[in-house]
Amino acid sequence: MTGDTGRTLSRQTAIVGIGATEFSKESGRSELQLSVEAARAALADCGLTPADVDGLTTFTMDTSSEIALARELGIPELRFFSRINYGGGAACATVQQAAMAVATGVADVVVCYRGFNERSGSRFGQFSVAAATQVNTNGLDNAWTYPMGLGTPAATVAMQARRYLHEYGATSEDFGRVAVADRRHAATNPNAFFYGKPITLEDHQASRMIAEPLHLLDCCQESDGAVALVVTSADRARDLPHPPAYVVAAAQGSGRDQFVMTSYYRDDIGIPEMGVVGRELWRQSGLGPDDMAMGVLYDHFTPYVLMQLEELGFCGPGEAKDFIADGAIEIGGRLPLNTHGGQLGEAYIHGMNGIAEGVRQVRGTSVNQVPDVQHLVVTAGTGVPTSGLVLGR
Amino acid sequence: MSHPTSATAEPLVDPAVHEQVMAEAERIKALGEASERLARDPVNQPTISNWLEAMGNDNPRFRQGEAPPSMVQVWTMYGLGGKAPADDPLHAMMNVLTDTGFTAVLGTNCEQSYERYLRVGEQLRVTTALDSVVGPKKTAMGVGYFVTSRSTWYVDHEDGSAEQVASMLFRVLKFVPTRAVQPPVDPPEASVADAADGPDASRFVLRPMKNRDTEFFWEGTAAGELRVQRCNACGVLRHPPGPACPSCGALDRGHVAASGRGTVFSYVVHRHPPVPGRELPILLVLVDLDEGVRMVGELVDTEPTEVEIGMPVQVDFRRVDDDLTLPVWRRTGPAEGSRA
Ligand SMILES: [Zn+2]
Repeated sequence: MTGDTGRTLSRQTAIVGIGATEFSKESGRSELQLSVEAARAALADCGLTPADVDGLTTFTMDTSSEIALARELGIPELRFFSRINYGGGAACATVQQAAMAVATGVADVVVCYRGFNERSGSRFGQFSVAAATQVNTNGLDNAWTYPMGLGTPAATVAMQARRYLHEYGATSEDFGRVAVADRRHAATNPNAFFYGKPITLEDHQASRMIAEPLHLLDCCQESDGAVALVVTSADRARDLPHPPAYVVAAAQGSGRDQFVMTSYYRDDIGIPEMGVVGRELWRQSGLGPDDMAMGVLYDHFTPYVLMQLEELGFCGPGEAKDFIADGAIEIGGRLPLNTHGGQLGEAYIHGMNGIAEGVRQVRGTSVNQVPDVQHLVVTAGTGVPTSGLVLGR
Repeated sequence: MSHPTSATAEPLVDPAVHEQVMAEAERIKALGEASERLARDPVNQPTISNWLEAMGNDNPRFRQGEAPPSMVQVWTMYGLGGKAPADDPLHAMMNVLTDTGFTAVLGTNCEQSYERYLRVGEQLRVTTALDSVVGPKKTAMGVGYFVTSRSTWYVDHEDGSAEQVASMLFRVLKFVPTRAVQPPVDPPEASVADAADGPDASRFVLRPMKNRDTEFFWEGTAAGELRVQRCNACGVLRHPPGPACPSCGALDRGHVAASGRGTVFSYVVHRHPPVPGRELPILLVLVDLDEGVRMVGELVDTEPTEVEIGMPVQVDFRRVDDDLTLPVWRRTGPAEGSRA
């Protein structure tokens, strides 16, 4: 333990409610309405009302302000509101924010939310002129890549993925195994975009190239939808309808010489920021990779799942391709991953849908339930400053 | 540091544009005093009292039937939502300059002169004339024209005479902003989505954001140099640049011109989705420079199947326009120990 003994966030709070809209290519509603619907569903799930809520957290990127959501929900007063930067890297950190606020008595019930029309509205997968022209240091950072022509998420990931293949002798098929596992899980999840649509490794290899070495099926699909999570104290959680998903650990991480999607200038161009998250998760929880019954690892692009397994310590550097080779990450395997179908299979809701799946696994209500889940790990966006959670019974 | 913007013989403004600006200036000046307007209300005590209060002026003289001279403009303001009439010479000249690219505006002088104190009950009338257009001038803000207008206030008497009571010279600089704060995209951001998809997509230029920490790099590419930041205290090289040395913390920094030689550390063949202003596929390389820093750039004149990690490359420069030169890379041989 490197922290002060006696000061811990572990198990002080729990996720007690989860809610979501449907996931689609065109919601037909405003982003604010999506978040309203998801938040109402999450509150109904745990038997609380807007009057119980006194805190809201979301992503810096979210277009619906905390006060706008509070107005629509009829939350009378907010004592706590905060936002986390860096795209999908914020997902688990919204829960960390909520947990810290509740554990310290700053708030009693915090709703974490994320809602967007990311397919029918502003599409993240496109070349983002807006990202390159931000009038801040992120805009300056992007000056070293975007004007050169490198400016889509897939292309920025491909630069890391190509190097990863080169260093460790992995192949595109190793990336493909992640997609196959996700789509297998999505195929049995009625809420998944790709419900009933599994793929084979051959399908993956035959899909068109997007940004070599990434095929289409290495990339998640842009989605419309919203997810909300309700966090409250462990004490209060025990009186609510569902088994609490305790926040056993909650961490953020940024690495040396960190950039957003383009951390190309350090010796290791992988994702050491996830190593920061992992070490902190294990420190807070007193647990390790072997204690995890399963994982929800952020998978907007397949290569990052391999890199995360290594950074979190499930295997050594370069060993992920062997770790996943025999179906280990599919349901029934040694470490099932993304049992909801992941962002490749269920929907890309910036990682928030993955946290909801973690909660279902702890409750024992997943459509692809892993037996006897005591603890599991959930991660947020990769390639960016990020975050993670250990949830448990 | 060397500076690439050495003196040139080029005119500040395209002669055809200058000719157009000056011809319009002459036409508008010839209109003389135009845009005539009456004040909305006669000079009145309530407005004077409000103004005094706002200005913190408690001179008793202005409670007894006289108005502060410096209020003169107040009487003939357009009011909320009011617009300058179509024949207003100042607006006409401003529009000419905006349309010819001098989009930015900065007020530089405002000189009022007063003939006498105004009295409650007097009805004012104002006219505006274009006094002069001077330029082009190179200023710290950018190249532009100084536009001076003259407003004149009158009180009309019953005998038909018009008494001039005040006048004002108002001078603005209408200019093309220099690149210190660069308009980030061209065309402007609001139309980017259209431009990226529309018929002009091929002309789209994504301009790098710059600030005083990074502009030396872009001045370098324009001058045909690949510049790498170097700490003046400890000598460490760094890319991308930033204000504080990551090695020793010094803020004193310069740069060196890199050899432009390097090897491919990683690469991408970008095939989808479209990149505004570019043809696909784009080959992008992450280059390990011989000097020990890394940089992203486009690899040109190379087939996707020819790219390999470890391949030696040499920098070249692609001049996009006066404001942007991109570093690009060319292969100079096969990768060390490669099949080729
Ligand atoms: Zn130094």
